[in-house]
Amino acid sequence: MGRTHVSCTINGHEAEFLADAGDSLLNALRDEVSLTGVKEGCGTGDCGACSVLLDDRVTCACLIFAPEAEGTMIMTVEGLADAEHLHPLQQTFLEGSALQCGICTPGFLMAAKALLDKNPNPTETEVRYALAGNLCRCTGYDKIIRSVLDAAAQMNADQMNGASS
Amino acid sequence: MVTVKFSASLRERTGESDLTVDAGDAPSVRRLIKLLDERFPGVGEQLSEGHSVAINGEIIADPLYEDIPDGAEVHFIPAIAGG
Amino acid sequence: MTEDPTTNTGFKWVGTRPIRPDGLDKVTGKARFGADLVLPNMIEAAIARSPHAHARIVSIDTTAAESMPGVQAVITGADFPDLKEAGAKQPDVFQAAKVMARDKVLFEGHPVAAVAAATRQEAQRAVAAIVVEYEVLPHVLTAGAAMADGAPLLHDDLITANVDPAPEASSNVASRALQQRGDLDAGFAAADVVIERNYTTKPVHQGYIEPHAAVADAGQDGRAHLWCSSQGHFDMRSSTANVLAMEPSLINVTPAEIGGGFGGKTTIYLEPIAVLLSRKAGRPVRVVMDRDEVFQATGPTSGSEMRVKIGVTNDGDITAADVFMAFEAGAFPGSPVGAAAMTALACYDIDNFFVEGFDVVVNKPKVAAYRAPGAPIIAFAVEGLIDELARAIDMDPIDLRLKNAAVEGVQAPYGPTHPRIGFVETLEAIRDSDHYRTPVAANQGRGVACGFWFNIGGNSVATVNVHEDGNVSVITGSPDIGGSRASMALFAAEEFGIDVERINPQIADTQTIGHTDVTGGSRVTLATGKVVVEACRELTADMCRRAAKMWDCEVEDVEWVNGHAQHASGTETPLSMAAIAAKAGRTGGPISTTYTENVRGAGAGFSTQLVDVEVDEETGQTKIVRYTTAQDAGKAIHPSYVEGQMQGGVVQGIGWALNEEYIHREDGTLDNPSFLDYRIPVASDLPMIETIVVEVPNPNHPYGVRGVGEVGIVPPMGAIANAIDRATGCRLHDLPMSPVRLLSAINDKNA
Repeated sequence: MGRTHVSCTINGHEAEFLADAGDSLLNALRDEVSLTGVKEGCGTGDCGACSVLLDDRVTCACLIFAPEAEGTMIMTVEGLADAEHLHPLQQTFLEGSALQCGICTPGFLMAAKALLDKNPNPTETEVRYALAGNLCRCTGYDKIIRSVLDAAAQMNADQMNGASS
Repeated sequence: MVTVKFSASLRERTGESDLTVDAGDAPSVRRLIKLLDERFPGVGEQLSEGHSVAINGEIIADPLYEDIPDGAEVHFIPAIAGG
Repeated sequence: MTEDPTTNTGFKWVGTRPIRPDGLDKVTGKARFGADLVLPNMIEAAIARSPHAHARIVSIDTTAAESMPGVQAVITGADFPDLKEAGAKQPDVFQAAKVMARDKVLFEGHPVAAVAAATRQEAQRAVAAIVVEYEVLPHVLTAGAAMADGAPLLHDDLITANVDPAPEASSNVASRALQQRGDLDAGFAAADVVIERNYTTKPVHQGYIEPHAAVADAGQDGRAHLWCSSQGHFDMRSSTANVLAMEPSLINVTPAEIGGGFGGKTTIYLEPIAVLLSRKAGRPVRVVMDRDEVFQATGPTSGSEMRVKIGVTNDGDITAADVFMAFEAGAFPGSPVGAAAMTALACYDIDNFFVEGFDVVVNKPKVAAYRAPGAPIIAFAVEGLIDELARAIDMDPIDLRLKNAAVEGVQAPYGPTHPRIGFVETLEAIRDSDHYRTPVAANQGRGVACGFWFNIGGNSVATVNVHEDGNVSVITGSPDIGGSRASMALFAAEEFGIDVERINPQIADTQTIGHTDVTGGSRVTLATGKVVVEACRELTADMCRRAAKMWDCEVEDVEWVNGHAQHASGTETPLSMAAIAAKAGRTGGPISTTYTENVRGAGAGFSTQLVDVEVDEETGQTKIVRYTTAQDAGKAIHPSYVEGQMQGGVVQGIGWALNEEYIHREDGTLDNPSFLDYRIPVASDLPMIETIVVEVPNPNHPYGVRGVGEVGIVPPMGAIANAIDRATGCRLHDLPMSPVRLLSAINDKNA
């Protein structure tokens, strides 16, 4: 059976890969494009470890068929930082000890970014509900929530000071 | 003298709750196990496998060659694993 | 650096909160977990698993599978060495049978064959083409049923251990555990109030987000290289070698980053399969579990049936305790009932008790360790019963515990006398906490409970190298599941007196570091930390000797201060580590040392926890409103990660208390092998978890460290049961206290 050729933009760069009709975007990102920062925790959309931004929407890559990615803009955890700077979320996660084993961290970062892109000043409850689709077994979520709130505060302060983030 | 306190299983098996021996007869865990096995045949194998030893309260996980000081209190306890 | 950890408070690095050394890779997606490794020429595997809970394998026909597209190798149980025939010990035979069935399948999901093919899909299609003929047998799913007369037997050679006289016939009871003291009858006679209750708990899974994965590359020289995420790559090596009847050192295991373990990754599942497939295919093979395979065929911890009876006087003296436990081991012996028997009453000083536990096989996956294995299960019962007794004698539940608390000098239930411990301090921390002083809201209930875990020491090795730039590598063999690399760096920074950023902690493979025991039992900060400290001390002494050579003075005139060798007279410019390293060749050779020890002196850990809940009496849902945990860490090396361990344990306990359970169908298959239906806590279920780190130093560790990873999961189920009782008037004795069960109890009460 022939494989489908998929062209899209990943982390700001044009990308292309081959996929079978039934392949998930998760498998394509990990196996075809070598973006192993996108993790598989369940393969059924229940854990959020494979969260990516698909046309700016947080999405479980395991629930998208790879060919559906044609013409889309995808961001994975590998696209969060630039060569010199971490994204504020990555920085606050490190400073706030918001990760232990780290397997859920890429998914949380993407989901948190999606939240802050839409709601730059969330309450603790809003953060908890926005991240309810991401499972963590190590941290109990406490330090993750604090780190997201810290990043929001920082990004708002940067915004007010005219800095770009 | 060395006092050996028996675990509940050992008590059931031997009918004794503890044993006091001359320090010279049990200068090490290995010798103590041998002595206990002579007194209560078959017990030696049980104690050599899957048991830690506490000597004066300090738990030693791989105790066979451990020295036992005079005056010590010795407990055999099931080996502990964690998760 | 003082030798008395109880007075040492002048730390410069220990106790600070630097960014963890593995953090950058984890937030950028670079960290490589078990399934992330890609080797050249690598192929993928899939596993054929039993659909039945109990069956005899009549035949396996792999011919169709072998000729399918992309297939490179197919194996079944017959491809493994026959350990039973070779006279191996029963635990080794069982371990091999767990990895792949030979003549019987004992649980749904039990591997019966495996395929390696060019792609995972091709491997899965080939697995579907394997024809297995089963003779389905009656199955048994609970301890009680398995112990009953006439129960279907899983094994024909399982003789109950630790029963005198030993039984003649095989049964489903693998062993008996016993702890006993005093005179039970006299103890109960002395009590004013005696309460007896029956309890049940269900199997719960450790729930790590990373499924098991392994990559094996077997060579024609009989050696194999294995990459896997685990809590102990030396154990992976020896267990894999055991199953494959190989010399262990022929396998080199490189530890991948691990995505959660909690005890569930201290054992093998895929590793021998990966090696054997690689050997047969002549190519590297990757084996990864799907999530449903993880639930069906790994972990969980035991379900249980328990009966607890405790007597107390009217003024709060606990006089007697009688505990019976039957723990499900899963398909092969090895539940944590022994540890449960030892820990059941360990928080308290009780003169008369009888604690008996049975390890019972059932047709479910073999249980694996889960954070303080055994202790949380019995603590649910004991802590709930103590609360009922407190209410019966109208005594504050914290006061009742304080009155009977284990302290230094008290004999632990399992024999030895406690050295300095911090249990009372955790009770007092909760009693004095802001949470406890805040009145409970009208529609809420408050519960308190406690927990104990031994913590262990064990075999660890550290190699420390000083580089030409004066920076340091600290190399150990302990996989990092909680932040231990950060702690190792802090120990080294403290010992050398240099910035923690200059320390590079690494975890070496099984060829390049000495044997190191598993990362579990809350042992790493204690044991691996100790060997790191000792290795660093050897090097500071060594660098002083080298400085003395460089200054041509007596070594007694040289001291180590703040990362420099200093001449006591003050006449010489202090020598930095880089300066000393620059002259290493002429002062004795490279600056490096290895220190090894079977570390002892672990300090027991205690936790006291407080929870406020609100119950929706129309749905039975329990909301955790406020949670505070106080735990004795001895000395918190990196406080953020100590807090992280405390919070993580609490939240696993909350899931265990309120939702998590294995639900089996009548036919013995698992109805909820997914995160959708096996419901673990999510962020919106929870408040912040307040942590109080108590520090009662462990006198047997140079820094006073006590393990912190496990004890935090012991109290939550009891605390929540106690809170629910206060909130609703309903006392639940079965886990989980899910909405369905609680609602039923509420309706019964209101009826």
